[in-house]
Amino acid sequence: MFDYNFHWRPVLKSLPDLLEAGLLTLQVAALSMIIGIVIGLALALIRLKLKGPLYWLATGWVELARNTPALFQLFFFGFGLGAFGVHLSPFLIVLAGLSFNCAGYLAENFRGGFQAVPDTQLRAARSLGMTSWQAYTRIIIPQVFKIVYHPVTNQMVWAVLMSSLGMLVGFRELSGETQFFASRTFRIFEYFAVTAIIYYVIVKIILVASRLLAMRLFRY
Amino acid sequence: MIEISGLEKYFGALQVLKGIDLNVQKGEVLSVIGASGSGKSTLLYCINGLEPIQKGSVVVDGTDVHAKGTDINKLRQKLGMVFQQWNSFPHLTALENVALAPRIVKGKSKAEAKEIAEKQLKHVGLEDKLNVFPNALSGGQQQRLAIARALAMEPTYMLFDEATSALDPELVGEVLDTMRLLAEEGMTMICVTHEMGFARDVSDRVAFFHKGVMEEIGPPAQIFGQAESENTRKFLANVR
Repeated sequence: MFDYNFHWRPVLKSLPDLLEAGLLTLQVAALSMIIGIVIGLALALIRLKLKGPLYWLATGWVELARNTPALFQLFFFGFGLGAFGVHLSPFLIVLAGLSFNCAGYLAENFRGGFQAVPDTQLRAARSLGMTSWQAYTRIIIPQVFKIVYHPVTNQMVWAVLMSSLGMLVGFRELSGETQFFASRTFRIFEYFAVTAIIYYVIVKIILVASRLLAMRLFRY
Repeated sequence: MIEISGLEKYFGALQVLKGIDLNVQKGEVLSVIGASGSGKSTLLYCINGLEPIQKGSVVVDGTDVHAKGTDINKLRQKLGMVFQQWNSFPHLTALENVALAPRIVKGKSKAEAKEIAEKQLKHVGLEDKLNVFPNALSGGQQQRLAIARALAMEPTYMLFDEATSALDPELVGEVLDTMRLLAEEGMTMICVTHEMGFARDVSDRVAFFHKGVMEEIGPPAQIFGQAESENTRKFLANVR
């Protein structure tokens, strides 16, 4: 009744390749987070402070990023741009898609963070003679940073897991690589089981590192 | 000297200050009393330029606060402000709360700023709380911290915006004592307040605001004893 024989040897043999692909996964996720944080911060501030075309552009970005499947966003940068003759490498497709998605989600995290710091903090800082820049960098942003820290960590985890969609646009990150070996050897279950463990370990490391960092960073 | 003339302030269509003329001399303690919404807090915000004005002028030591070319950040160093919601910076220790502005606004060295902060925290009786974060301080202690933070900029004037209104009753005394101490040291103060005892005992003059108009101003004995304005008498009859 259960006549499947497990064969782990091929998986073990390609483990170094899988781990290398895992590094690629981590790389593309981290890069997309860095880009996402910069753009997300800009989108949040635009949505909080500006009106007019820039506001609508930022709002459109956030709406699209949050309310459509991440896979479609990847496809847009792959096949969508491809239709207009713009051909990105698989790495760039995933990086652009993830960055677009992360920026949208992070923008909303940041917007909530800024709104959670009372206006009166800015007034108090300005009343001491601080410039607007000083008040933001010394008083407001450090407080926002603490509020958004854990949501941003979540987004990083999400970016790692979401990068597995790269497999569908021909990017050989961890899932793409696994798919490649699995279809060559037909040891599909074994490969994806091991890959699941690798994902789990990557995410666990991120979470533990984030918690340790938080203990150093936040004194109050 | 602070010279306010013909000051008018609107929030949208609502006029909250309807032509205020008022001078405050160095060394004077002025209390501003009146009902909520009478414009007294807004007056303070107009004095240090946190709120723009629509008409008239505010001149501090010869500098027009709302003029285009005015370096408002420099001018604000002269005008310490204490808020109703004390607004301590939660991510900084008491010492850092006080030392930050002298360092980044006035360019003092780290050591100098620390020395100033220690001195001012001692001044307000918080010398044993230097390395404590605000969330571990009571409301009264946080308000004294806010006073120390303002004093660290060595201001010429101190503006108090209902400094005790948000405090639990048993914590009001320690903040009023600190304000009394400053008055005795000769600090020029404008205190928007609901504390009639403080206004009577400590001020040189008391101004009564009513619906955006400075209805009456004079020594405490006049305002609390024989107020000329009907509105002043009514207000005081109600608060007592």
